[in-house]
Amino acid sequence: MNNGWNDFEIGAMLRSFDGAVNGIATTLQEDRPYSKSNSFTASVADWRIEKPIFNKDYCIDCQFCWIYCPDISIISRDKKMVGVDYDHCKGCGICAEVCPTNPKSLLMFAEQEDEDKALAGWPEKEKKEN
Amino acid sequence: MADKMELRDVEVWDGNMAASQAMRQVQIDVVAAYPITPSTPIVENYGNYLANGYVDGEFVMVESEHAAMSGCIGASAAGGRVATATSSQGFALMVETLYQASGMRLPIVLNVVNRALAAPLNVNGDHSDMYLGRDSGWIQLDAYNPQQAYDLNFIAFRVAEDHEVRLPCMVHQDGFLTSHTAQGVKTLDDDTAYNFVGEFKPMNDMLDLDHPVTHGVQTEEDWHFEHKARQHNDLMTKVFPKIEAAFDAFEKLTGRRYNIVETYNTEGADAVVVCMGTSVETAIEVAKELRADGKKVGVIGIRVIRPWPHAQIAEALKGIKAIGALDRSSPNGTFGMLYNELAGTVVNSGESKVLTNYVYGLGGRDLTKVHLREIYAELLANAEAGKPTTPLQQLIGVRGPKISFH
Repeated sequence: MNNGWNDFEIGAMLRSFDGAVNGIATTLQEDRPYSKSNSFTASVADWRIEKPIFNKDYCIDCQFCWIYCPDISIISRDKKMVGVDYDHCKGCGICAEVCPTNPKSLLMFAEQEDEDKALAGWPEKEKKEN
Repeated sequence: MADKMELRDVEVWDGNMAASQAMRQVQIDVVAAYPITPSTPIVENYGNYLANGYVDGEFVMVESEHAAMSGCIGASAAGGRVATATSSQGFALMVETLYQASGMRLPIVLNVVNRALAAPLNVNGDHSDMYLGRDSGWIQLDAYNPQQAYDLNFIAFRVAEDHEVRLPCMVHQDGFLTSHTAQGVKTLDDDTAYNFVGEFKPMNDMLDLDHPVTHGVQTEEDWHFEHKARQHNDLMTKVFPKIEAAFDAFEKLTGRRYNIVETYNTEGADAVVVCMGTSVETAIEVAKELRADGKKVGVIGIRVIRPWPHAQIAEALKGIKAIGALDRSSPNGTFGMLYNELAGTVVNSGESKVLTNYVYGLGGRDLTKVHLREIYAELLANAEAGKPTTPLQQLIGVRGPKISFH
C-alpha cells in the first residue's frame, strides 16, 4: 500500500496486474491475476438501487444481455448465460430491457428483494393481443 | 522510412518554419492539430512534410483545439512521441486538457505562438495566452527569435521525454514578431538533430500489452493531493538539472548557449528590465546604447517561465537596485505576473530593491526603443532615490491620459 506522495508511480496510473501477463485476452476474468488496484477487485454494488434478477427457466441464451451490458456484468460461459456479476452491476436495467423472451428472463427488482421470492412470483407469459 | 531533407547551414526561416522543421527532424509519431493564426503555418508546413514523404508519423486533423490536445494525450498515453501547435483562443480552448496532459505525466511538446486573447478579437502578439498556461503544470520555454524557436524545440523534446521528468513542455514564440519574421537560422542536419533528442522511449504505454495499465484515473480527497504534490515536487526539483544538462549538450553540439535566466550587461548594473519574448532583444539594444553613455543598465530575459527560476533570478538580481518588470499581458485587476513573481523572489533577498511594473504591448502594440529609454531613465532615478519615484504600475504606449496605479 502506498503511504505518501513520494511512494506513487507518476501519472495517476494504475497497473491491472503485478508484473507481466501473457495471453490475457483468452483468460477468463476469474482466472486472471488481477492486482489490488484493478477495478475487478473493487465492489461498486452500493451504487445500485435496483438489481436485475435472472430466471433461467425462460432464458434462450441469445446473449443479448451479455452484448448490451455496459459494465461486462453479465456472466456468460460457452455462450450459456450463468448470471449477474453483482459486484460490478450498477443496476442500469439495459439487460432486462433488451431481453427478448416472454416472459422476460431478466427483470429489475428493488435491491433488497429476496431472489427466491422474486422467482416464485415471476410474471406469466403475456398473451398477444388479437 | 522518411526521406531526409537537405538543409543549407543557414536557412532563411520565420519562427513558424523553424518550429515545424524541428518537429519534422525529431520524427514525431502523432501530431493532432487544429490551425489558428498565427501558429497555422507550423501545422501547415508539417502537413506538407508528411505529404511529401519527410515524416513517417500520423497527422490527425481534428475539429477543435480541445480535440487536438485530447488526441495528443491519447497518442502519448499509447506510447508515442507527440507534439502540436496553437495560439490564443485555441490555447484557451485547450486549457482543460493541458492539466490532463501534465497530471498524466505525458511528455507532449506544444508550440505556442503567443497571441492576445479576445475581446476585442485580435490576431497579434502579446503574452496573454502564455500567462494563461502558467499554472497548468507544463514546462514553459520562451524563444525570442526564430533561431531560438528552432533550438528550444529540441531542448523541449529531450527534457520532457526524460523518464525522470515526464512532463509536457511548451515552446513559446511571439506571434508575428517571431512567427512571421524571416531571419537567418543556423540548422542541424536531420541525423544530428534526431540524435540530439534520441529515439522515443515509452513509459507505462498502453500499447505494452504484457503490462496493461489504466491511465487517467479518478482520485478524490483520499489521494488527489499526493499525486499533485508529486507532480509539483518533480517540477520544482527534477526539471532544472535536466534543462541545464540539455543546454550544456546543445552548446557542445552547436556552440549556441542558452541559460535558464538570460542576463545581458547585468554585471555592475544599477537598473535592469526583466522581460520575455522579442522585447528582450529590443531591450538589449537599448541597454547597449545606454551603457555607451555610461548608464549602468542591463536586461534579464526569462528563458524558463515554468518552473519559475527563483534561485537563478535571485542570483542574477544580486546588487541590482532598481528593477522594471515588463508584462505584455493585461493583469486585469492586479500587478503583472512578472512583477508579482519577482516580488516573491526578491522579498527575502536581504537587499533593498525598488520594483516597479510596466504593462506594455497589448494586442501587438509596439514596444519602441524610446519607451525603453524612458523606462530606464525612471529605473535609474529609482535606484538613485532608493525608493519608487513613479507609480508602481504604469501602462505604456497606450493612447489617452497617462494611466498608472498605486
